[in-house]
Amino acid sequence: MESFKTLIVILMSSVLVNNYVLNRFLGICPFLGVSKKLNQAVGMGISVIFVMLLATTVTWPIQYYVLDTNDLGYMQNILFILIIAALVQFVEIALKKFIPALHKSLGVYLPLITTNCAVLGVTINNINDKYSFLESMISSLGAGLGFLLAMVLFSGLRSKIEESEIPPSFRGLPVTLIAASFVSLAFFGFAGIVENLIGG
Amino acid sequence: MKNNSNLSALLKGILLENPVFVLVLGTCPTLATTTSIIGAFSMGIAAMVVLICSNAVISALRKVIPDTVRIPCYIVIISGFVTIVKLFIQAYLPSIFSHLGVYLDLITVNCIILGRAEMFAGKNSVGRSVLDGIGMGIGFTLALLSISLIREVIGAGTFAGMAIPFIIDHRIEFFIKPPGGLLVYGIMIAVVTKITNGRAPFKKEFTCEGCPSAGVCHTCKKVLKEEN
Repeated sequence: MESFKTLIVILMSSVLVNNYVLNRFLGICPFLGVSKKLNQAVGMGISVIFVMLLATTVTWPIQYYVLDTNDLGYMQNILFILIIAALVQFVEIALKKFIPALHKSLGVYLPLITTNCAVLGVTINNINDKYSFLESMISSLGAGLGFLLAMVLFSGLRSKIEESEIPPSFRGLPVTLIAASFVSLAFFGFAGIVENLIGG
Repeated sequence: MKNNSNLSALLKGILLENPVFVLVLGTCPTLATTTSIIGAFSMGIAAMVVLICSNAVISALRKVIPDTVRIPCYIVIISGFVTIVKLFIQAYLPSIFSHLGVYLDLITVNCIILGRAEMFAGKNSVGRSVLDGIGMGIGFTLALLSISLIREVIGAGTFAGMAIPFIIDHRIEFFIKPPGGLLVYGIMIAVVTKITNGRAPFKKEFTCEGCPSAGVCHTCKKVLKEEN
């Protein structure tokens, strides 16, 4: 029971409190770049969840059974980024061959994810926080869900911005960042919610 | 003439092609490490060292690396230098190491470095690539310093860790929290737009269309094709 509670706390805090995009600033580039249309935002979000889970499944055992047992901890960075790049490429090829429909809707976002710092960030954070395998998976799922949530909320906000009068120097990126600031402020209201709800 | 173009390779990174305010690359570390001036400065220097080294190596190898696998090659070179810098900081500057945390690892996927590799180092000589690395690095560091100056002074009431009288009693903590970072960054970009008055090659909108890596990333090409 205790461990189940820990898992819930990890999930809730990585979705709401420590949201990867709005609170840790990981994956800001796709967050600003692909959030213009709702369907693109959802596609990107789902692909990120998928790749994060897959990357964690592979990197966690490699860290503990290959790198740590052979005293190769310093290779972590190079190895993880290569694994992520290879995985993304592999998933794209596999989807294209076996599930063309899914590839059509998600495939375009996959290569972009290689350089998404949220994916590398979540795998390294899982190791740094000394999570068990199950905890790592939950934390990756939470990070991905948080990313999706932020993307969807923000794409709604952006369609409002498109329709409003904005001073010339603020047009484009500046006003987008300021809007992101308000979304982030809203998420700030979640601080402490996990402790209060579950008493963890 | 030749000297002139070398000088411009160095200087353009500072304002006209500033990686943070104009090219809008590397937003993650920009927002995450600018809560303190010391953090911003060390992040800037660390990224600059990686940028100069990777630019030099990539430019030297540009004729050897096959075009089709160039991105994975660039990533391996970059992450090698990131590991060197990280181990160095861990050994000699442990307080900075714990301050920067995971963002030090994430220099690997900092788009400034991959972006410059693709946009500049892959096409130019070693000397010019190093100059470009220095210029971009200085531009990145200056941008981080200016954002962190505003955030630390208003948000924490300190200057590089030293308390400023009066302000410290009236600090607005919003500015060192994540939303404050996004707000300051947005306003700074608007200010730079105003100062350069459209001389800089600004992007109309931050989407794939405007992304400097659009040429690299075939996702962007597909997205653009779909939109048209």
